[in-house]
Amino acid sequence: MSPFGGFDMPIQYSGIVDEHQAVRQACGMFDVSHMGEVLITGRDAECYVNHIFTNDVVGMHDGKILYGMMCYENGGVVDDLLVYKVADQRFFLVINAANIDKDWAWIQKQAKSYDVQLENQSDLYGELAIQGPEAEQVMKDVLSIDGSRLAFYTFKLFDDVIVSRTGYTGEDGFEIYAEPNYINECWDKLIASGRCKPCGLGCRDTLRFEVGLPLYGDELSADITPIMAGLGVFVKLDKAEFIGKEALARQKVEGPTKKLVGIELADKAIPRHGYTVLSPEGAPIGEVTTGYHTISTDKSVCMALIDTQYAKLDTEVQIQIRKKVFPGKVVKKQFYNKNYKK
Amino acid sequence: MAKVLEGLYYSESHEYVRVEGDFGFVGITDYAQNALGNVVYVDMPEVDDEVEAGEEFGAVESVKAASDLISPVSGTVVEVNEALDNQPELINQDAYENWIIKVRLSDKGDLDNLMDAKAYAAFCEK
Repeated sequence: MSPFGGFDMPIQYSGIVDEHQAVRQACGMFDVSHMGEVLITGRDAECYVNHIFTNDVVGMHDGKILYGMMCYENGGVVDDLLVYKVADQRFFLVINAANIDKDWAWIQKQAKSYDVQLENQSDLYGELAIQGPEAEQVMKDVLSIDGSRLAFYTFKLFDDVIVSRTGYTGEDGFEIYAEPNYINECWDKLIASGRCKPCGLGCRDTLRFEVGLPLYGDELSADITPIMAGLGVFVKLDKAEFIGKEALARQKVEGPTKKLVGIELADKAIPRHGYTVLSPEGAPIGEVTTGYHTISTDKSVCMALIDTQYAKLDTEVQIQIRKKVFPGKVVKKQFYNKNYKK
Repeated sequence: MAKVLEGLYYSESHEYVRVEGDFGFVGITDYAQNALGNVVYVDMPEVDDEVEAGEEFGAVESVKAASDLISPVSGTVVEVNEALDNQPELINQDAYENWIIKVRLSDKGDLDNLMDAKAYAAFCEK
């Protein structure tokens, strides 16, 4: 077990590679009860969520989910999150475990002039992610939850249980939010069925990395804006206002000084978080944010935040790994194709 | 239960050395490969490089993490196990068969600072 965001979390059960392959090829599950949940209700709920969120919740249908960020005035990221629209005047936010305290303080602070009620429900909910091409069938057979009519990024309430077609693996799958005892029961039933492999944080990271999904703290932070991270599609600059809008609009027009890119190495050495990226001449131009030898494609690749002038595809760069320097080139920061059911 | 072979010398950082005449074959122990998980890359020195007891001479990378290799002995690298370039997973299959470097030992006194099989097995139990 390893400490993560204030929780003791398993890195692996049967092994990272084994669990990773189970999710890519069949079905795996993650106990992600550490994630935080905040409920926002009241007359100004929609307008308030739009104030703190980069994506646009106006016109969202009930049962729809949007991904986006909460930003500081300077465009740096407080957190990335999912917003579930339960009903008019009722929004459910899912935030990162390590950021719960910071986010909760931020959400409360911004709400002063709005007619909203805020509730940090992080301790009320457990969460289970069932992921992989067989997730829909396994969930139906073992838990009697029929997700077949849920579209990607939508959710449904089954009594007090929230079931959404979402995930963090690049595969089809579902996330279930419910009181912890129910989540425990689901876990035990799925284990007993033998059809769903328990998965730890290790393969959660390798899976999300391969399909280029960002992790707060690596690819997004107070210093890394969504524009730098290439996530501008989740920033709706045509909205009337939101926190960070001016800074992000300016950055989009002027172009960021640094950009998040993918880099592929010719060699098998693994570029890891914090390693220095160098220009062909050997000058430091940035840092690796996440790197692996990918399990699905057998390549040494990383995401890295580097000077914009080197960020074009196929640009030659180098990475310092321990005492040696390895040549690589800029590639798309998606190393494996997503396999969502839309 | 990790495999520990009789006749080898072991370090606290989980490297072993198998001595044959003036040479030592250095690798990581079964305990170490098991703790690391799937090995995907071995960063090895070059032939003729000098290694020093207690100093880093390379790294073993698993999916999880990079782990430095600390040499249990001093000497000159006379051979590196090139099979590991293309098949680093050989270390998972048999860590003792698949040594990493062959060293011409410059001071056999280094061996006195290492553990024998019994002491190492006890060390792993802790």
